[in-house]
Amino acid sequence: MARRARSVTVAALGGPLAAGSVFVLILVALLAVMSRADWPVTFGAADWAVLRFTVWQAVLSALCSVVFAIPVARALARRQFVGRTFLVTLLGAPFILPVIVAVLGILAVFGRAGWVSELLGLFGLPPLSIYGLEGVVLAHVFFNMPLATRLILQGWQAIPSEQYRLAGQLGLPPRTVFQTLEWPMLRQVVPGAAALVFVICLTSFAVALTLGGGPRATTIELAIYQAFRFDFDLGRAAILSLVQLVVAGTAAVLALWILPPLVLQSGLDRPLQRWDARGAPCRVLDAIWIGLAALFLLLPLSAVILSGLIGLFDMPISVWTAAWTSLWVGMLSTGLLILWALPVAAWLGQTKRGGAEAITLLGLAASPLMIGTGWFIMIYPFASPQAFAMPVTAVVNALVALPFAVRILVPGMRQSFTDYSRLNQALGLRGWPLWRIVLLPRIRARLGFAAGLTAAMSVGDLGVVTLFADPDVATLPLQMYRLMGSYRTDAAAGAALLLLVLALGMFWICDYWGRYAET
Amino acid sequence: MKYLMTTAAMLSASAAWAETPVLTVYTYDSFVSDWGPGPAVEAAFEATCDCDLQFVAAGDGAALLARIKLEGARSDADVLLGIDTNLVAAAKETGLFAPHSVTADYTLPIEWNDDTFAPYDWGYFAFVHNADMDAPANFRDLAASDLKIAIQDPRSSTPGLGLLMWVKAAYGDDAAGLWADLSDNVLTVTKGWSESYGLFLEGEADMVLSYTTSPAYHLIAEEDASKAAAAFDEGHYMQVEVAGKLAATDQPELADAFLSFMVTDAFQSIIPTTNWMYPAVTPASGLPDGFETLITPEKALLLSPEDAAAARDEALAEWRDALAQ
Repeated sequence: MARRARSVTVAALGGPLAAGSVFVLILVALLAVMSRADWPVTFGAADWAVLRFTVWQAVLSALCSVVFAIPVARALARRQFVGRTFLVTLLGAPFILPVIVAVLGILAVFGRAGWVSELLGLFGLPPLSIYGLEGVVLAHVFFNMPLATRLILQGWQAIPSEQYRLAGQLGLPPRTVFQTLEWPMLRQVVPGAAALVFVICLTSFAVALTLGGGPRATTIELAIYQAFRFDFDLGRAAILSLVQLVVAGTAAVLALWILPPLVLQSGLDRPLQRWDARGAPCRVLDAIWIGLAALFLLLPLSAVILSGLIGLFDMPISVWTAAWTSLWVGMLSTGLLILWALPVAAWLGQTKRGGAEAITLLGLAASPLMIGTGWFIMIYPFASPQAFAMPVTAVVNALVALPFAVRILVPGMRQSFTDYSRLNQALGLRGWPLWRIVLLPRIRARLGFAAGLTAAMSVGDLGVVTLFADPDVATLPLQMYRLMGSYRTDAAAGAALLLLVLALGMFWICDYWGRYAET
Repeated sequence: MKYLMTTAAMLSASAAWAETPVLTVYTYDSFVSDWGPGPAVEAAFEATCDCDLQFVAAGDGAALLARIKLEGARSDADVLLGIDTNLVAAAKETGLFAPHSVTADYTLPIEWNDDTFAPYDWGYFAFVHNADMDAPANFRDLAASDLKIAIQDPRSSTPGLGLLMWVKAAYGDDAAGLWADLSDNVLTVTKGWSESYGLFLEGEADMVLSYTTSPAYHLIAEEDASKAAAAFDEGHYMQVEVAGKLAATDQPELADAFLSFMVTDAFQSIIPTTNWMYPAVTPASGLPDGFETLITPEKALLLSPEDAAAARDEALAEWRDALAQ
């Protein structure tokens, strides 16, 4: 009995503790901001309009991203082709680009003076205009569809290949295979992916503003920015942050609550073969989806690369030192994230309540400006905030990446526990040996992906907490914005390319480490 | 014995270091970057003051003031450099700033007699376009044309707020009507200056809200004469960037010395080709070659800090209502 109790405590205590620390980090920041606020705070009709737009664009973006991601993930799951690994790695790319770089890349393709418009011009057609809700959704799909694809792809890969073999032996038609094997998986994976994208889009503001075409495309995050920066109305900033947290929290709980109970089957990790998808129409359809997704991703990315190549030799030396700093921040954040995410994922993998995962999503829904300001207020009376620049940046980066990591890890963790819990108990495996022998090898691919995503996100992050920034220690994205802010567009484009290479490189190393285990 | 000597040496070294007074200047990000005025200003001032000048960068002008408010009287800042007149009223309201003693023959197109903040550079807002385009001569022409402009959001950007004040100063009660006419010309509104200028350079927008001095950068640094600023006959709104001394500074003499240094040639001659603005006092050597090609507006518009602060909320509501249609 005692033995069992101890093995339970690690996950049952460490998990809630790690997940709870997210809550505490945000709550402390919020309370600190509130402590300096002037009350009462106004929340008027204009704010309601902003809230409506924010939620609406996030819902649309999440739906479009996921709906587009399902056929792409399905095609990627059942086809092998040259460049598949490359494409799957590239799926991490849009997500980590600084907003302004990605937006300019998208506009180089879909803008008024973009490639598509030029093509239309050849046929005497008017140029494309994407400014408005459609532009916002387009950009959000560009950012998040790849992520959703990766998450859903993992769901597909979690279906044991033995089941497809069985389906093939029984000669089941594709429709039946979909109903019995794929649909239950989708019901399990899609709501979580959609919730994640929804929360990401909820806090977006530079994208919404730039492509939204004007003040009608205002999100709550802009109102928070305005309250902190221009009005210094901390009460209003706190209330708006709270509204954002409540909306994101509600959405997350709803999405994760409807996850159906799991009926997992275990397999022998054989390579996947699909007997049901051998027909020519199936192949053509898959090729079209993969081609469309590749074009949608590759065209804007090539625009970023092309403009960056010109500026690569124009970059001042400080860009390279900034790249070094970013590399450090990325590694620090990734290490921290792994220590944070593993216990949380192990805990969530053992509970039946999917709703608990919603706590981690709050880290993404909290305005970085709010967290930064809150912790600045907390630290300032005792020490120079600049001394905490690195730890705070790493913590906040890990906090933002945690929901991604958890969403990626939990399904694998849950499956490992379901499959091996009896064997573990019979063998008395617990603590470190349990992790080393059973859990880590089985979630290695997912851990690699999660770590890669965190590393890339931290490298691409614009020092979430510019309040803490030391002017001599700039990160690469910050340096890029500085170049851009002083007319040095070419050099900034070069820095953006370097950023892309660095972030993708770190992503690739981690992801490769994870997937290397599969073969 | 060895240890003792080392310790003694270290102690005296740190004592010598402690004797060098440190002046902390809070400023915006692009001021301290390698290609901004910061490094040259630091070297020039340290050559005169026997002190250590340290810049602390905090985002843009608005973020800068928010930071000072956050830190309150305990702030390490001795001098705040880099807010514009639209934020001066809010800065004074904090009571955190002390009067300055700077006097200079400012070459600003307007009178300057603020006792708390002293100007160090200025510029005119203007719409920048490609030189081969026929630019409109005023806001009404612009509204009647089918040109597309990229502007900045006044809720997140200082130039964006500047445009709001420009329209208010030029059109007063008609401002709302003008914004309604302009709304179909606004391609988009961006978070900050960099985003809209990027859109313009990519060819997305025909014109972008920037400064009359923007073409000087392309001309001088890139030898590219293809950009021009449109002269509007309503006059151009000014941005005057200022600095002030914190009341709670522990280096009041040094802060005063820095503010006085700020209006001398040594500081002012650095400004034009690093900050790409006009110096507040034209140095004896004059403006760099290329600046003579820039347009000089007939009329300079500027609301006083108090008027700007009073007009802001109403102007913001007019702007939002007109563009949200």
